[in-house]
Amino acid sequence: MFSEGELELLQKIISQGLLQALGETLLMTFVPTILAFVIGLPLGILLVTGDEKGIRPLPRWLMKLLHFIINILRSVPFLILLIVVLPLSRALVGTTVGTRAILVPLVVAAFPFVARLVETSIREVDPGVVEAAQSMGASTFQIIWKVLIPEARPALIANFMVALITIFGYGAMSGAVGGGGIGRIAVNYGYNRYKPLVMYFAVILLVILVQLFQSAGNVLVKKADKRIR
Amino acid sequence: MIELVKLSKTFSTADGQVEALKDISLRIEDGDVFGIIGLSGAGKSTLVRCINLLERPTEGHILVDGRDLTALSSRELRKARKSIGMIFQGFHLLMQRTALENVCFPLELAGVKRAEARRRALELLELVELPDKAGAYPVQLSGGPKQRVAIARALASEPRVLLCDEATSALDPKTTRAILELLRKLNRELGVTLVIITHEMRVVEQICSRVAILDGGEIQETGPVSEVFSNPRSEAGRRLVLPEGEKIHVLPENRLVRLVFDGAAATEPIVASLAARQGILLNILSADTHAIGGKTFGSMVLGLPQDETEAARALLYLREIPGLTVEEVTDYVF
Ligand SMILES: Nc1ncnc2c1ncn2[C@@H]1O[C@H](COP(=O)(O)OP(=O)(O)O)[C@@H](O)[C@H]1O
Ligand SMILES: [Mg+2]
Repeated sequence: MFSEGELELLQKIISQGLLQALGETLLMTFVPTILAFVIGLPLGILLVTGDEKGIRPLPRWLMKLLHFIINILRSVPFLILLIVVLPLSRALVGTTVGTRAILVPLVVAAFPFVARLVETSIREVDPGVVEAAQSMGASTFQIIWKVLIPEARPALIANFMVALITIFGYGAMSGAVGGGGIGRIAVNYGYNRYKPLVMYFAVILLVILVQLFQSAGNVLVKKADKRIR
Repeated sequence: MIELVKLSKTFSTADGQVEALKDISLRIEDGDVFGIIGLSGAGKSTLVRCINLLERPTEGHILVDGRDLTALSSRELRKARKSIGMIFQGFHLLMQRTALENVCFPLELAGVKRAEARRRALELLELVELPDKAGAYPVQLSGGPKQRVAIARALASEPRVLLCDEATSALDPKTTRAILELLRKLNRELGVTLVIITHEMRVVEQICSRVAILDGGEIQETGPVSEVFSNPRSEAGRRLVLPEGEKIHVLPENRLVRLVFDGAAATEPIVASLAARQGILLNILSADTHAIGGKTFGSMVLGLPQDETEAARALLYLREIPGLTVEEVTDYVF
């Protein structure tokens, strides 16, 4: 079914480049996810607290602008965003090829998505609990830090995993345009050089990784959520 | 002392303006157990939320110990709120914190050191008779214990006042009694002023000393519970104390008549003249009559004498009077 050469090629890839590719994939997944949360978490919280009925309403035009920007960024398909953002990559990390260059579009693509995920998680917090905190004289910052985030923690963890898996998929896609990792192995060997064995191997590896993330996420959520008896 | 001065609150909604509170003035003395009772939608929650300014009134002032809360900066207001505790129908506990950590919450807000906060929180859990549940999460507790944790949490900042918005409405009667008992104990032992918001008479009866009846966003009457409940003067008060649909059977051996006045007959002379001319004494059981321009409109329920012939004579006499409709009834409603 597969040629002798293909099997040898696979062995060669496994022994020489796989570990590095795996490392690149993990880097291209975790680093942008974390950076996307660094931007998206405060932004998502702001979308809730700055609401007209929120604990610290912000000017209507500002809120409208934030929602508008997020919607625009979210509606651009990732591959197109990736190309559009490349000049920004050059400015920020000095290159437009390779794993490092891909980090920039990944973060740009992911933070609006993360902001929406955070927004939904925070909105799930019982407004009554927020009201109770207000009645105890909590400040806006204390409510965010001691009520909203901790009470939304299980949802935030679950959504962290959703973001991680999405960004993981974006990262694999970026193999087509110079990104590294397992995605590139699949694209290079499977598509460009037509070595199906290598491609399937890479795809299976990607699937296994997603499963691992998902299971780890489920365990973490279950451990974190004290509403489960 | 809490004084509400000419408080009004109007909500602007998509369907127009909702006047939730209209010109409310109320005074609640220190150490009092003050009930505010009214039907659903009367404006009770809005009123109690105005007391700690969770809701900002459209007009009027809230004076706590003479200080006008509406004039405070947001920082001063947050400080003032620490001396006004609040508990809710839905408990509103932090679901991701244990009972002990919930009670620690206001202490953390005040910057109390962790060890000290836990020590005080444990004491408070003991005060609310729940020391063995310190490590339980809210989901593991039923309604009564949850409200006890909420009470302990509200007391952590040593408030002078505790606002209770339907605090027992989600609880069964037995648990309700126990929680009210606890609140009464806290009032007696700590001197905390209690403001009890409820739609249930028995809650007011069990622990309040004074009560205000709220209806349609207005205070209908206020006074000592014993007075208001035994002799409600307002329409809303009567409706609460003697709920509609509840038939009151009086002296089943007596026959009852309802008189309806259409303006032609006068009220008092009828009963008086029956007594004077016929020597028959009638019992006025209820009267809802209005004198308009010297004429009487409305209705009245009278109890006929037990003696059959006297009753028949009275009926005959009443039926002779022009402008009066007379009908026998078996029971009546205020
Ligand atoms: N935030 C709000 N926006 C608009 N209307 C409100 C709001 N809160 C309360 N109301 C209205 O005010 C009235 C009184 O409500 P509420 O104070 O909750 O009554 P109660 O607690 O006695 O049941 C109701 O008609 C209610 O619909
Ligand atoms: Mg209410």
